[in-house]
Amino acid sequence: MLKVLNPGFYTTIQDAGRFGFREYGVPVSGVMDSYSSQFANALLGNSDDAAVLEMTMIGGSFQFYTPILIAISGAIMSPKLNDEHVRQHTIIQIRANDILSFGRATNGFRTYLAVKGGLKSDNTLGSQSQYTPITKANVIFKDDILEYSKYSDSFKKVNASVKFNDSVFKSNILEAYKGPEFDQFSESQKQLLLSDEFEVSKLNNRMAYQLEPLLTNSLKPILTSPVLPGTVQLTPSGQLIVLMRDCQTTGGYPRILQLTEKAINRLSQRTTQSCVKFRLKV
Amino acid sequence: MEYNLKFLRYNERSILIEWPAIIDENVLKSILNFKKRIQNKYIKQKVDIINAYSSILIIYDFTIDNLNDEILALKLLYEDEKSFYEIKSKIWEIPVCYDKEFGFDLEQFSKYKELSKSEVIELHTKPVYKVYFIGFLPGFLYLGGLDFKLFLDRKSTPNLNIKRGSVAIGGKQTGIYPQDSPGGWHVIGKTPIKLFDINQSPPCVIQSGDSMKFVSVDKSEYLNIEELIAKSSFQLNPVL
Repeated sequence: MLKVLNPGFYTTIQDAGRFGFREYGVPVSGVMDSYSSQFANALLGNSDDAAVLEMTMIGGSFQFYTPILIAISGAIMSPKLNDEHVRQHTIIQIRANDILSFGRATNGFRTYLAVKGGLKSDNTLGSQSQYTPITKANVIFKDDILEYSKYSDSFKKVNASVKFNDSVFKSNILEAYKGPEFDQFSESQKQLLLSDEFEVSKLNNRMAYQLEPLLTNSLKPILTSPVLPGTVQLTPSGQLIVLMRDCQTTGGYPRILQLTEKAINRLSQRTTQSCVKFRLKV
Repeated sequence: MEYNLKFLRYNERSILIEWPAIIDENVLKSILNFKKRIQNKYIKQKVDIINAYSSILIIYDFTIDNLNDEILALKLLYEDEKSFYEIKSKIWEIPVCYDKEFGFDLEQFSKYKELSKSEVIELHTKPVYKVYFIGFLPGFLYLGGLDFKLFLDRKSTPNLNIKRGSVAIGGKQTGIYPQDSPGGWHVIGKTPIKLFDINQSPPCVIQSGDSMKFVSVDKSEYLNIEELIAKSSFQLNPVL
């Protein structure tokens, strides 16, 4: 087990998400940047849906009471093990009482800490992902105790090297499908949407990212319809809203684009004031 | 009950199926019927389905390699009358206390509408409402059937904390807040019933396609039911 010495700015337990309950209005949740979290899980031989810690902007510090193997992926938060710098995207061996600490993200926004076998925590409606009121808390707190499996020596290190594709941080291109209401847009609006750069507003979280500036909008609201993470909505005032992993299941604003999974991961690593561009997937 | 459906790709793993964009009980029946048939077809795979007023979104747990094949399979399933499924819908009675303590906007609401409080309660408890779907928040029921005499635009400034169980009117809709949340609807009463409970399976006892009525109860009965629920000795049963 490990103890949370400092939770960081906004740290949550996440797995691949809560499937099978969207017909009851339950958001899917799950890791924001699935590429990075899967990378960390894969290094440890975990399944894609093993639960990890998702740290946002500023990481936390954690004391491990029992030995385990871990891996770190996503944004670089200058991780230190007992005050010594450690590398990301590699397997790190943890001994009893080691302290792992993180600072501020330098090249992205979200960092993943995976442990061998996945974190053990309450499973609610088929998932460990934190989302209130489905789970009691929506973040971890100082002094929380998190459980993980016993370390067994039988783990065989995989020597094949896997390269982390850092386009998740470097590219600002968001690939998207046409949304169901895309064709109600005029040609000039489409042009604008697909050629201009948009800036991530300070209103960005696990539920949605708002983008600036406003667009002129002549589209009418629609009859409340399904939405997904990655759905780009346009409000009557011209606000572009990109729904993210904790988004509601239905919405009444026109859905003009739908980001690919890769684009959702890229946007998850963007912070306030960074620029993005949409490109239609062909 | 045959509609001309539109099938379109939503993302790598999802297909959207659209009915005519209207709020209509026959469209609802067609949607729920098709949803059931899709769920039966994909019983072994994990498939998530979101249904709304006039559309269904199918989310597969695999990437769709051949969109046309997948859409063709869905079209054939829709046209296959032998797989037609009879939807059994239930009727529920939801106890609501319209006392000032719970329905703190009722007085103001009646004034706006130039009705007495008892007229508002009568108009609100009279219809049999249709549950079109569940969305927005876990357990939030989209109900059809509100009397037009009770239509009122939502408040310009939302309340920051509306309590779970609050029964409210916003625009042309009435609904029940399934959890504490901010909200701009006019709160006219409160039910002790939990519409969404993670300890139940499924977590929503009331389903899309069901019908429900609000039944006015006084405060002592409200408190009585609330106590029984706290002791887990209350079971909401359908009246039909």
